[in-house]
Amino acid sequence: MADQKLLPGDVHWYDLPDEAADAPDDAANLPGGAADVPEERPRRRLPGRWLRRAATNSTAILLLLAAWEALPRLGVLDPVFVPPLSEDLVAWYDLLVTGRLPEHLGASVARSLAGFGLAIVLAIPLGLLIGWYRPVADFLTPLLELFRNTSAVALLPVFTLILGIGETTKVTFALYACAWPILLNTISGVKTVEPLLIKSARSMGLGPAGLFQKVILPAAVPTIFTGVRLAGAHSILVLLFAEMVGAKAGLGYLILDTQSSFRIPDMYAGIITISALGVLFNLLLVGVERRFSTWRTT
Amino acid sequence: MTKISIRDVSKTFQVRDDPEPFTALAGTDLDVREGEFLTLVGPSGCGKSTLLDLIAGLTAPTSGEIRIDGTPVTGPGLDRGVVFQQYALFPWRTAQANVEFGLEAKGVPRKERARRAREHLALVGLAGFGERYPHELSGGMRQRVAIARSLAFDPDVLLMDEPFAALDAQTRESLQEELLRVWEHTGKTVVFITHGIDEAVYLGERVAVMTSRPGRVKEVVDVRFDTREGDLRAHPAFGEYRHHVWSLLREEVAAAQVQEREVATSHG
Ligand SMILES: Nc1ncnc2c1ncn2[C@@H]1O[C@H](COP(=O)(O)OP(=O)(O)O)[C@@H](O)[C@H]1O
Ligand SMILES: [Mg+2]
Repeated sequence: MADQKLLPGDVHWYDLPDEAADAPDDAANLPGGAADVPEERPRRRLPGRWLRRAATNSTAILLLLAAWEALPRLGVLDPVFVPPLSEDLVAWYDLLVTGRLPEHLGASVARSLAGFGLAIVLAIPLGLLIGWYRPVADFLTPLLELFRNTSAVALLPVFTLILGIGETTKVTFALYACAWPILLNTISGVKTVEPLLIKSARSMGLGPAGLFQKVILPAAVPTIFTGVRLAGAHSILVLLFAEMVGAKAGLGYLILDTQSSFRIPDMYAGIITISALGVLFNLLLVGVERRFSTWRTT
Repeated sequence: MTKISIRDVSKTFQVRDDPEPFTALAGTDLDVREGEFLTLVGPSGCGKSTLLDLIAGLTAPTSGEIRIDGTPVTGPGLDRGVVFQQYALFPWRTAQANVEFGLEAKGVPRKERARRAREHLALVGLAGFGERYPHELSGGMRQRVAIARSLAFDPDVLLMDEPFAALDAQTRESLQEELLRVWEHTGKTVVFITHGIDEAVYLGERVAVMTSRPGRVKEVVDVRFDTREGDLRAHPAFGEYRHHVWSLLREEVAAAQVQEREVATSHG
């Protein structure tokens, strides 16, 4: 282990000046035990504070939207290439009511979810396996690093060659891109379980199976979820690219198609949809991640 | 009478890049009596934790033998409970669920588990804190949970590796008193490692002093007070025991320091 922390146990009284040897770590405690004061539980945020934070967080976005509306109207930006926001929103609404947007959106979401879901189902067990068998992990890590750092986009032509330009390619492509963060996080989650916890569980007679189920797995869950969240973002990003290269439906196709037929407001409508989708998906995953790692607060 | 017998135990480690094995313990002998409170002191790095791991069955001795109730130790077991300095609580489990951990391993039914865990949390003064997660507890409270966890599955032997070293002085003193109370209440055999001479003399019926590395037991000091009433640490006998242990240790600490300097120079 390269970054071994110095635990207080490694510092001994002979190594320390007198004050440091007795450094109080929970000075709130009084003798008698009953006076032990627990750390304060995190308080719920007040609505007023929450509102203020919401205002601060959204100011930049609101400014961007205002500029988007104003600059083309003032002639600073060419309204042909950047139509004012209101026109794009009208186009968005039209696409929505004619059912074309839901169709493209549906196609994209179905593909990303399929790729993302398959990645979860495949990469988590695989990662657990690799992480658990340390020699396997050490053997595979360089290879995994190499693939992780090879952009999935660079491999799209290979996928297309092998699988054609149908749905299979797009789902596989999303699956491939999603699998890496999940796989690597799962491996690292399993490998970086605090050794003392393993030691403690072993001292209570747990065998390998018990250790895995009761220590390794729960300890790795937050790290695995970080991987899942990253994969969620990947799934949409890479899929759009695949849809731009060869597709008849999907948001990526919509954007490229509208651009080449010069339906510029429609193109922006597509872009707005993607941004919103990405943000929503990420928010959802962050929420799920937080639920699974409440205990990781210190 | 003899609960743990340690006979001529040695432990060497194979260190990376070093063809010579590293000797942590060499020819250690020690008998721990049934129901006694034995404290173990020694210079830093002399092999105290290594010895505890061996008794716990977490590692096997290179040579020699450790027997508990006459049966050789072949691995960890619920007849021994280990308490670590860093608490080693499972952060995703509440205090209650942490205490239940060993009971799950023992196969105690759910209801009985919950009851026993609550009982042991109360024993260490944490009734009502069962639903707290470790990060919501102070250091002293975490160590209480760890002690409750080790007591809950009812081991005969409690092995404690500098359990109070990371706590401030006041918390440490209150935990020392509580540990003595629990020990008297449960009659367990306790092996307690510490680097505090005061702590060793205060808690131990006997204090085993180890040599510098490779560690052996140098001397076992019997500690007896006619009364434990009042401020024991101010008792003149306390000072004498303290001084005796201190003198035994001082030679070893000096030896350890010379050794460390030699290691430092031979490695560049
Ligand atoms: N797994 C290990 N591999 C190599 N050396 C070890 C290992 N465990 C302990 N040691 C070494 O053995 C010696 C004794 O360690 P330890 O028992 O932890 O000492 P103590 O608890 O008395 O401070 C130390 O020098 C330590 O570096
Ligand atoms: Mg130690």
